[in-house]
Amino acid sequence: MAKLTFQGVGIKALSACVPQEVVYNRDLGYLIPEEEIDKVIENIGIEQRRIAAPDVMASDLCFKAAQQLMADNDISPDSIDVLLFMSQTGDFRIPATSCLLQHRLGLPRETMCMDITLGCSGYLYALSTAFAYASLPGINRVLLLDGEAFSKIVNRRDKVDWPLYGDAGTATLVEKGDFGESTFLLYTDGTGEDKIKIHAGMRNPITPDSCVEREREEGNVRTDLEVFMDGMDVFNFAISKVPRSVKQLLAETGKTIDDVDLLVFHQANRFMMDFFVKKLKIQPDKVPFCISKYGNTSSASVPLTISSELNGKLEGSHTVVLSAFGAGLSWGSALMHTCNCHVSPVIEY
Amino acid sequence: MNLEQFIENFAGLFDETPPDAINAGTHFKELEEWSSLVALSVIAMVDEEYDIEFRGDDIRDSQTVEDLFNIVAVRVEEEEF
Repeated sequence: MAKLTFQGVGIKALSACVPQEVVYNRDLGYLIPEEEIDKVIENIGIEQRRIAAPDVMASDLCFKAAQQLMADNDISPDSIDVLLFMSQTGDFRIPATSCLLQHRLGLPRETMCMDITLGCSGYLYALSTAFAYASLPGINRVLLLDGEAFSKIVNRRDKVDWPLYGDAGTATLVEKGDFGESTFLLYTDGTGEDKIKIHAGMRNPITPDSCVEREREEGNVRTDLEVFMDGMDVFNFAISKVPRSVKQLLAETGKTIDDVDLLVFHQANRFMMDFFVKKLKIQPDKVPFCISKYGNTSSASVPLTISSELNGKLEGSHTVVLSAFGAGLSWGSALMHTCNCHVSPVIEY
Repeated sequence: MNLEQFIENFAGLFDETPPDAINAGTHFKELEEWSSLVALSVIAMVDEEYDIEFRGDDIRDSQTVEDLFNIVAVRVEEEEF
């Protein structure tokens, strides 16, 4: 476990953007027997999701979210020292998408840009990176863009993944200020590398065969360029590790669950989050959900939930815990204080 | 570890299947209500009631309720030693 502690840096503003197109899980009759659809929706808690058009990428959603954040908070492009882009669905293999976003957003050439890629836990890791840079002398503002367009890497005939995933882009502004102390606990278990995976890449080179759809386990269809998830093992991993990491975070920071005003989980599925709530004995009204509207948006889900459910609610000071987990296997939790954080409502692309 | 209690916990995960339709020898994957979501609730139940990690393969490799019980029983014993 890596424990990272920061003083005097925090989230100043946050925004999110989702595609206009809504897809409804009720329409998945081609994939799931009609009589089971209601039960699936009830269990995973996902009624609808947003899917990006073929020419809209995670970076486009982030771009629009960033523009909104800068407009709402009167942020000059010249004041951004560091731009981070966290995604598993960047525009190109080379160059880093953050470089394209620097130019599109009109940020100065003095801006340091870097891509980060990880699983659904990515926001926690990228946010800790943003906090680390913002802590340095000479760095005042870090803009973290976290966006995913999983609709581009999930097969429509994969009944484990397709009902879950949606697309979203988010922007988080991190800067110095009167935020007090923040603590991140971050963990990895690479023995689970095959639990969520896209097979084709460098080790398994991409060939024409990689693009062929094949029937896999339990009738699920996908190509080697699309994501596979072992739902049961990931569930088992999450329920055993996530509540424990939150408890450890509380122990490390000398807090109790009652000291926490808000606990934002990665929106994986509702059944799982309800289990976390029960296991942690936290008041359910402290745990916001946006999964019914947007599905699982991978690493973007934590900031999307804040934008969707907490806009206008982070005035004053709040103790907030964030917790996320995903491919790697990788997971983490963070406790921080917000201080008049300006959260813009979700906009559409 | 008590088999009767395990069967009761297992049967409690079903909404439509009556508890008396489930016993140690029940081939649970043949139950009409069985689904991957019920499988997740089995993993959650085992974590909650027995504090044991249950893997996807444990469910995939099991046929009867007693098969599941035996895996849990072995793990509980391992934990105790």
